[in-house]
Amino acid sequence: MIVKSDEKYSTLGSLESELAISGLKSGSNLEKLLKAGYFVVTAELGPPRGADRTVIEKKATLLKGYADAFNITDCQTAVVRLSSITGGAILVGLGLEPIIQMTCRDRNRIAIQSDLLGAAALGIKNLLCLTGDHQKFGDHPGAKGVFDIDSLQLLQIVKGMRDEKKFQSGEEIEVEPRFFIGAAENPFADPFTYRAFRLAKKIRAGADFIQTQIIFNVDKFSAWMERVRALGLHKKVFILAGVAPIKSLLMAKYMKTHVPGMDIPDEIIKRMEKAKKGSAKTEGLNICLDVIEKVRKIEGVSGVHIMAIEWEEAIPEIAKRAGLLPRPSP
Amino acid sequence: MIVADIKPFKEIMRLVKNYRKICVIGCGTCVTVCHAGGQKQVSEVAAQLRLAAKLEKKHLEVGEETILRQCEHEFIDSLEGLVQKYDAIVSLGCGIGVQMLAERFPHTRILPGLNTKFMGAPTEPGIFWERCVGCGNCILAETGGFCPVTRCAKGLLNGPCGGSQNGLCEVSPDTPCVWQLIYEQLEAQGMLDTMEAITPPKDWSVGQGGCGPRRLVLEHLVEEEKDKHKIAEKVLTRNDCKK
Ligand code: SF4
Repeated sequence: MIVKSDEKYSTLGSLESELAISGLKSGSNLEKLLKAGYFVVTAELGPPRGADRTVIEKKATLLKGYADAFNITDCQTAVVRLSSITGGAILVGLGLEPIIQMTCRDRNRIAIQSDLLGAAALGIKNLLCLTGDHQKFGDHPGAKGVFDIDSLQLLQIVKGMRDEKKFQSGEEIEVEPRFFIGAAENPFADPFTYRAFRLAKKIRAGADFIQTQIIFNVDKFSAWMERVRALGLHKKVFILAGVAPIKSLLMAKYMKTHVPGMDIPDEIIKRMEKAKKGSAKTEGLNICLDVIEKVRKIEGVSGVHIMAIEWEEAIPEIAKRAGLLPRPSP
Repeated sequence: MIVADIKPFKEIMRLVKNYRKICVIGCGTCVTVCHAGGQKQVSEVAAQLRLAAKLEKKHLEVGEETILRQCEHEFIDSLEGLVQKYDAIVSLGCGIGVQMLAERFPHTRILPGLNTKFMGAPTEPGIFWERCVGCGNCILAETGGFCPVTRCAKGLLNGPCGGSQNGLCEVSPDTPCVWQLIYEQLEAQGMLDTMEAITPPKDWSVGQGGCGPRRLVLEHLVEEEKDKHKIAEKVLTRNDCKK
């Protein structure tokens, strides 16, 4: 059975929806499915800290068919890894659809636009625009952070390249890169009252879809979605709710105290504490499934984005148990 | 003001180890305020150097001097004659002062005694914060008087990142998130809609490192100076004619 968005909660409502009639911008699988009203699944695939392409090939074999598109991170947490575009190109070759991530931390506007031309030429169609984690958190804390532009400006540039066939400089592009443009948003960061407005700003800048920070505090996420709907933003952008399985109590506690912008309610910590020895992973998966079940019912949520950091094996099980399989073909 | 910090004494010792006659020269402006290079610090560094030389049983003559500003010719002029008496000068001025002395006295080794840090201000006794990076195109009118170029670790121009929590920056939790400050300020002033506008990419060519060292030319002053010369020339010519 193909999983369609519950009619009642569909982001599209009717064919007149701005999203459905806007025509295809990139022709990516992800874009087609979202515009056809499916509840989509994306998942994160971390590239290796080395030049071994088989790491990606193995993960691809493991994950093929369990999500509609796969995010390849761009030196996440500022740690050097095989580049996102390269990872994306490997996936394209294997018949999986990548969402490449591009941060503003390591490249200026010249390098970014150049890399995006290359990515498009390699058959990559989805792009997530991020500012990027600060270099202080990574393995080269002495590196110079570039931050020539921020994520909003990046969105604007990518949209300009696609829709106006122009570089940031205003120069014409002969063959423009056509991306389905994504942005991130963290409903749990401060100032909370500004967050929905910031989303509106990202949409105006060029975002076609949003992947949110990992959700553990469903109530706060709902409150944010309420604001999003009040502004009518769920009709202008596809929102994919970020979810993740927790591996251990230690990881839960670490994320609660050490990861900026992460909101882990005490109740989650308690559930992990209560889990019997050896069953922490199971409980972590259960929590993730509970979150998926809840966020699916929230009006305006068009899909989930599963971030099983260094635990990609969990993705098939999550997708299966959440009733998200089989994935549709566009 | 320019905020600087004194170099570790070991490093200063290493810098002067080959000289027998040195003079420590302070600056009476910014670096006096931040307790790095004023008269007091000059005395302290000089005393430390003398003591260290004594312990190592080395002969070292250490002079002391402080001028009001090491970044202006008219104050530096007063050092004429004094500088030439020494093998090397340890400047406790900021990086500008050191370079001004080096340009003015090319035959004497001018050594930096401070690490110049930033343009900022004291916010409470003993605490100095960076406030401006001299980006060359001030946006403070749009940001409630708080500079995100300087005070946001990622230099964001379009609102806070996803790591701003409890008013603090994700990059260093002892630093306020400037976008939280901007938000509160604009909200209080009823100007939150300013934050809805998308700020386009900044033109960094007018900022630090944009096109090499930046310079400021005040045409009217340049002209005035030229005119002065012309008048002087005319007077001279007239005098000449009279002869
Ligand atoms: S927390 Fe605030 S100051 Fe720190 S990087 Fe994010 S937006 Fe900038």
